[in-house]
Amino acid sequence: MLGKSIVLGQFIPIESPIHSLDPRVKIILAGVLIFILFIVQDWFSFLFLGIFIFGLTLTAHIPTGYLLKSLKPILFLLVFTLVLQIFFTPGEVIWEYGILRISREGFVRGLFIIVRLCLLILATSLLTLTTTPVELTDGLEYLMNPFKRWGFPAHELAMMMTIAIRFIPTLLEEADRIMKAQEARGANFETGSIIQRAKNLIPLLVPLFINSFKRADDLAIAMESRCYRGGIGRTRLRVLQLKQSDYRFLFLSLAFITFVTFSSFFLW
Amino acid sequence: MFIVLDHVSFSYLAHTPFEISALVDVNCAIDRGESVGIIGRTGCGKSTLTQHFNALLFPDAGKVLIDGSEIRKKSAPLKEVRQKIGLVFQYPEHQIFEETVFGEVSFGPRNMGMGEGELERTVRWALDMVGLDFETLKEKNPFELSGGQMRRVAIASILSMRPQALVLDEPTAGLDPEGKKMIFGKLKTLRDEWGTTLVIVSHSMEDLAQIAQRIIIMDQGKIVLEGPIREIFSQVEKLEWYGVRPPATARIAAEFRKRGYDLDCTVLTPQELAKEIEDKIIQRRKG
Repeated sequence: MLGKSIVLGQFIPIESPIHSLDPRVKIILAGVLIFILFIVQDWFSFLFLGIFIFGLTLTAHIPTGYLLKSLKPILFLLVFTLVLQIFFTPGEVIWEYGILRISREGFVRGLFIIVRLCLLILATSLLTLTTTPVELTDGLEYLMNPFKRWGFPAHELAMMMTIAIRFIPTLLEEADRIMKAQEARGANFETGSIIQRAKNLIPLLVPLFINSFKRADDLAIAMESRCYRGGIGRTRLRVLQLKQSDYRFLFLSLAFITFVTFSSFFLW
Repeated sequence: MFIVLDHVSFSYLAHTPFEISALVDVNCAIDRGESVGIIGRTGCGKSTLTQHFNALLFPDAGKVLIDGSEIRKKSAPLKEVRQKIGLVFQYPEHQIFEETVFGEVSFGPRNMGMGEGELERTVRWALDMVGLDFETLKEKNPFELSGGQMRRVAIASILSMRPQALVLDEPTAGLDPEGKKMIFGKLKTLRDEWGTTLVIVSHSMEDLAQIAQRIIIMDQGKIVLEGPIREIFSQVEKLEWYGVRPPATARIAAEFRKRGYDLDCTVLTPQELAKEIEDKIIQRRKG
């Protein structure tokens, strides 16, 4: 009962021009953005790319605060990077205390890396916030299709991802139920030393694994009995079709990003 | 009163946009030695209710009293409550994890701190109560047993804590009629010979007819109907309104009444119904 209401991934189910874009467009754009963020070397480009991402957030009707929340998990990484860069980059010293010294170059570089990391995370979060997991795997399958001729299992990978995503809520629900059932028998998951607690997990993990294997077996049989045999010759219910608006958006975005990148190389 | 719920309300994911209220101002009391059936459509709050009986869930508002003492989230004597009230989940065989039947059945009492000497005696008793032989099964791998046997091992693994009340969520789901009969037979023995209080959650009125004395009907998180089983059974229309399929006996009796036969609606078993129909037909012929 609990599991059903847990929201999968970060997807926010609202309607916006960004939500209705073809997932492939969004994936390609996110990829390009990540690539560009790694090669640009100046603040000017960051500013424009930042404005670009902010503009997309507004168009997607996603609250800015919600987007910024996606930075929380990497907060430690950000601070750690900043500290390393600040103290260990040689250069003009602007502050000194004992053996600790901060150089101007280190400070600037630290900030630079942090901004780069933040923009990276924001760009990818924007993708997962506006695209359902199913669309995402669909899009990936389409994009991986060309590599099939070299034996790359595009369909199988996408199918695996879809199944994995589909069963996350089921597993959560099941874990919750088994946990309660064992607690009803006096099991204790909350207190004790780390080793003791790890041991206490056995009554939860063993049934969880056994039930998952059984479920996988059942699923395989159900798929086979409906003649599933991989992606060969398989048609789809939802065929991804690029609309004019998709082309327009992709073209404009790529043009903007290219412009920013080139201008940064030539102007500086 | 053994188990008392006093104005209990509970919601899942409280204070989030996904809040679902599962229990709304529920009052109920279950006496020692009683056997009570809880019935209602899927999602009516039956399972949530049973999890309040042994401190797996705590009410957002209202009080839960077990054996006279209130169960609070912060200070609940968890082991004591969970030992007193044994809760058998739906498909309990899905929680089996030990390598031997003995290990599985002794998991509960071990957690409760039972000594080794008493342990064997208790496991033997619990297996005996569900109709399984201790000597032949104790070293067996529970995963090699049949579905019905696994179910009974799982029930025994709750019984081995010697609970004073046994709460079962759909104890016969997925079993064949033979297995159903077996389980209900054993539960009756438990109640009649050992005085265990029984609370049985079910979808099926026919099943409850075999064992429950009192019925609680739930709908949308509330208790909507409550009373002795015969009284509840006769209210065919109300039952249907609450998404409960009345037992075949009650439906047949209701049809007879519609056609002008003055049949007693509180019949419980097919035998009683047959007798009643026979009587009334003879009566009418004479009259």
